[in-house]
Amino acid sequence: MFVYLLQRLATAVLTLFGMSVLIFVLLRVVPGDIVDIIFSSAGFVNPAAKAELAREMGLDRPVAIQYVRWLKDVARGDLGKSYRYDVPAWQVVKPRIPVTVELALLAILIAVALGVFTGVVSAARQDSALDYALRFFSLAGLSMPSFWLGMLIILALVSWAGWVPAMTYVSPFQDLRAHFLQFIFPALAVGYRGSALIMRITRSAMLEVMREDYIRTARAKGLRERAVIFGHALANAMLPIITVIGFEFAFMIGGLVVTETVFNLPGVARYLVDAILWRDYPVAQNLVMLIAVAVVTVNLSVDLLYGYLDPRIRYGTR
Amino acid sequence: MSAGNFLNFCRREPLGALGGLLILLMVLTAVFADVLATHDPICTDAEHTLARPTASHRLGTDNLGRDIYSRIVYGARVSLMVGLGSALLGAALGAVIGLLSGYCGGWVDLFAQRVMEILQGLPLLILALVMAAALKPSVGNVMIAISVPIIPMAERVIRGSVLAIREFAYIEAARALGVGHLSIAFRHILPNTIGPFIVLTTAQFGSAILVEAALSFLGLGIPEPWPSWGRMLSVSAAEFAQKAPWLVIFPGTAISLVVFASNLLGDALRDTLDPRLGRERSL
Repeated sequence: MFVYLLQRLATAVLTLFGMSVLIFVLLRVVPGDIVDIIFSSAGFVNPAAKAELAREMGLDRPVAIQYVRWLKDVARGDLGKSYRYDVPAWQVVKPRIPVTVELALLAILIAVALGVFTGVVSAARQDSALDYALRFFSLAGLSMPSFWLGMLIILALVSWAGWVPAMTYVSPFQDLRAHFLQFIFPALAVGYRGSALIMRITRSAMLEVMREDYIRTARAKGLRERAVIFGHALANAMLPIITVIGFEFAFMIGGLVVTETVFNLPGVARYLVDAILWRDYPVAQNLVMLIAVAVVTVNLSVDLLYGYLDPRIRYGTR
Repeated sequence: MSAGNFLNFCRREPLGALGGLLILLMVLTAVFADVLATHDPICTDAEHTLARPTASHRLGTDNLGRDIYSRIVYGARVSLMVGLGSALLGAALGAVIGLLSGYCGGWVDLFAQRVMEILQGLPLLILALVMAAALKPSVGNVMIAISVPIIPMAERVIRGSVLAIREFAYIEAARALGVGHLSIAFRHILPNTIGPFIVLTTAQFGSAILVEAALSFLGLGIPEPWPSWGRMLSVSAAEFAQKAPWLVIFPGTAISLVVFASNLLGDALRDTLDPRLGRERSL
């Protein structure tokens, strides 16, 4: 287990290092001179002011040194300065983190509950009309853009309930009910789409497990079908499901980017889009790195959980 | 595929055949857009803004008075081009890397695997977003931006098949006959990965269309005046959604239908061409 842990940790660090180079090259080197971009809307610019800003950002140094300085800053939690708001980027990002985390957790909860449940039911009633209906339901979720689903939800609420969730952020301390109503619909839009993948994996993992001899044994000794399915089959089908839940996290962040925009939620993903649109590249670069760290951390935890749950991995026989 | 094969496929995978039919319809729409469209998709009409669906404007008009139906018809071109273009580009690049990685093994494989892990670590849309930010907005660049996240997925699948094919006797025979490495890799191994390659491209076609829609929705995709389904749904459409729901409903339906079709076809092709993959994510 220790060797496995060390291996995973080393791979994660290596991946993060590679990602940082990729992000640095794409957002710092490719778009050209950031100073020019920042001043691009200003019309005439004093060359001295430009040189001053370049020095402030460390752009007068060689690229390799800029990269090392950036890594140092990020490691210290310094996300640089937002040129749009003229404040440290961390001040803008910090209040946004709980919004995104809450939305992501809620969405993943919905995705897992919906996906595992429909997957199990679908497998238990293989090839029945219910199975086909659930498979259709899940494939439809996979095929709809989540931002469009969000728009449809808003539209449906307006025309049938004559009500929309608050379009400006409501803090949970201010009004818990309004806060919940504001978060549940975007979470549904993202979670439904996410549930599709989990449903498909759950169904196929369950079908595979249900063919095993120990399931026949469980049935033969007179266990109820429900106990067989949930106690014996699902427990053993859990491994691939857990893997896909980790995988799902990265998938879901993409959904958050658009859904936060549709529901006008002040989250991190939304800020990333704004930073890119406003060409606030130093901030965009740090936000993408932040997302990369989050994804790698989640994947690492899933790997470790997997190792913990599957003794074949723990003892390195596989 | 012969006619008999084709009929057999339709009988065994009716849903897949339905998906194929829908995609064929979309291709025809894109090709004959000039004939099918009733209005100029770019022409604005200040007198008929946000018009309800009527006989002259089948699906209504948008906030600038542009005909939604004609924009959807022309939008099929953009979606098809970007979807197919980026899926093929990503799958082809991934296939070549996967081929070299699987065939050469050793440090080439190790290096390629690490690079693919890095590309795969970033969420699909985020990577496409970063690529779109780094490149200038144009149809070609959007295709490149979307194809990059597809590369590692294709690489993994093709590398897996190459590892299996490499051990077959006919490869050993070719080697014994003195055939060169490049020739073995590209003429004897690569053609045999066509099954997984087709499955992969079909599946990624749908997801590429979704990513294009999301990028265009956020304002980082296909630039105006190209009618793109994603852009039709952009924030400006959301503003008018209550007054004119057709602005939101129809373009989104077009996206969902095509992606749904590509998922149906992709699943059916996978079950037919590559039963080994079926165990991973079967519908």
